[in-house]
Amino acid sequence: MIDLYIWIGLMIIGAIVALEAPDLISAVISLGVCGFSLVFIFLRLHAPDLAIVQIIVETLSLIILIAAVLRTTREDTQERLSLQKVALWLGGLFFMTVFMLSAYRIAHEMSRFGHPLLRMAASYLDMGLMKTGAANLVAAVILDFRAYDTLGEATVLFTSVIGVMAVLRAVGRKKRGG
Amino acid sequence: MQNNTQNTSSGMSLIVKTVARILAGMIMLYGIYIVAHGHLTPGGGFAGGVIIAGSFILLYLAYGATAADSDKRKWYASLCESLGIFGFWIVAILGLVFGTYFLFNIFAKGTPFHLFSAGIIPVCNVAIGVEVAGALVGIFITFAAVKLLERK
Repeated sequence: MIDLYIWIGLMIIGAIVALEAPDLISAVISLGVCGFSLVFIFLRLHAPDLAIVQIIVETLSLIILIAAVLRTTREDTQERLSLQKVALWLGGLFFMTVFMLSAYRIAHEMSRFGHPLLRMAASYLDMGLMKTGAANLVAAVILDFRAYDTLGEATVLFTSVIGVMAVLRAVGRKKRGG
Repeated sequence: MQNNTQNTSSGMSLIVKTVARILAGMIMLYGIYIVAHGHLTPGGGFAGGVIIAGSFILLYLAYGATAADSDKRKWYASLCESLGIFGFWIVAILGLVFGTYFLFNIFAKGTPFHLFSAGIIPVCNVAIGVEVAGALVGIFITFAAVKLLERK
C-alpha cells in the first residue's frame, strides 16, 4: 500500500510544480510526471486496460502541448495581482474545508477499498464469461453490459472531431484584421 | 530552438526519419493486435486505435508539417472515422432488428479464449479502433494544416 501513496505524492508534487513553474516547458514535463505516475497507479491496482490508454494518451498530449509551447512562448504570462491571489487562496481554503468536512463524513459510510457496494459487480465477475464469451471482463462490461455508455462515448468523440475539423478548416478562412 | 521550429516543415534529420519509418509499421501492427485481441487481453478499440494513430503521427512528426498536410489524407482519415462510428451504430441497430433489444449480442458466442468469440464485442472493438484512429489522425492533420496556413 505504501508504494501507492508514493505515486500519489509524486502526482500531487507534479501537479503543483506544473501550476507554479515559470518556464512552460517545465510545467508541461511536470504534467507528464503527474500523468505517468497515474500509469503506475493503474498498474498497481491491476488495471492494465486503463494503463495502456493512459500511457498512449499522455504521450500524445505531451507531444501536442510541447508543440504548442514551442510555437508560442515559453514564459508563463500569468498576471500576479495581489488582490486576485488573496481571493484565490480564500476561495481555495473555503472549498478545501467544505470538501474535507464532507469527505470525512462520507468516508465513514463507504465500504472498504476493493469491496464495491453494488451487488451487480459480483454478478459481472461470476457470469461475465458465460454470458458474453469474452475472456477480458473489462471488454465484457464496456461492450456488452454497459454498451450504451461506449456507444455514446464513441459518438461524442466523433462529434467533437467533426467540430474541430469544421472550426479549423482551411476553406473559407478570412485573414486576421481583413 | 528557433531553428527547430523553422525546420519542421522539411522534417527532422535523416536518422529520425529512418528510425520512424522502420518503427511505424511495428507500432501499427501492435495497435492492430491490441484491437483484434481486445476481448481476450487488456486493451480494446480505444487503446488500439490511439496506438494506430500514434504510428501515423510519428511519421508526420518525423517528416514535417508539409508531408502531413494533404486534403486527400484528411479525407481518408475523416472517412475512417465516419465508417467506424457508422459500423458501431449498424451493429447496435442489428441487435434491435434480429435480436430482442438495442445492442443485443446477435452473433454466436463461440468458444471462450479463441480469437473469434464473444459475438459482437470484437466487431465493436474493430469499429471503435477504426473510428479513434481516424479521429486522432484527422485532428493532427488539421492542426498541421493550420500551422502551415499561419506561416504563409
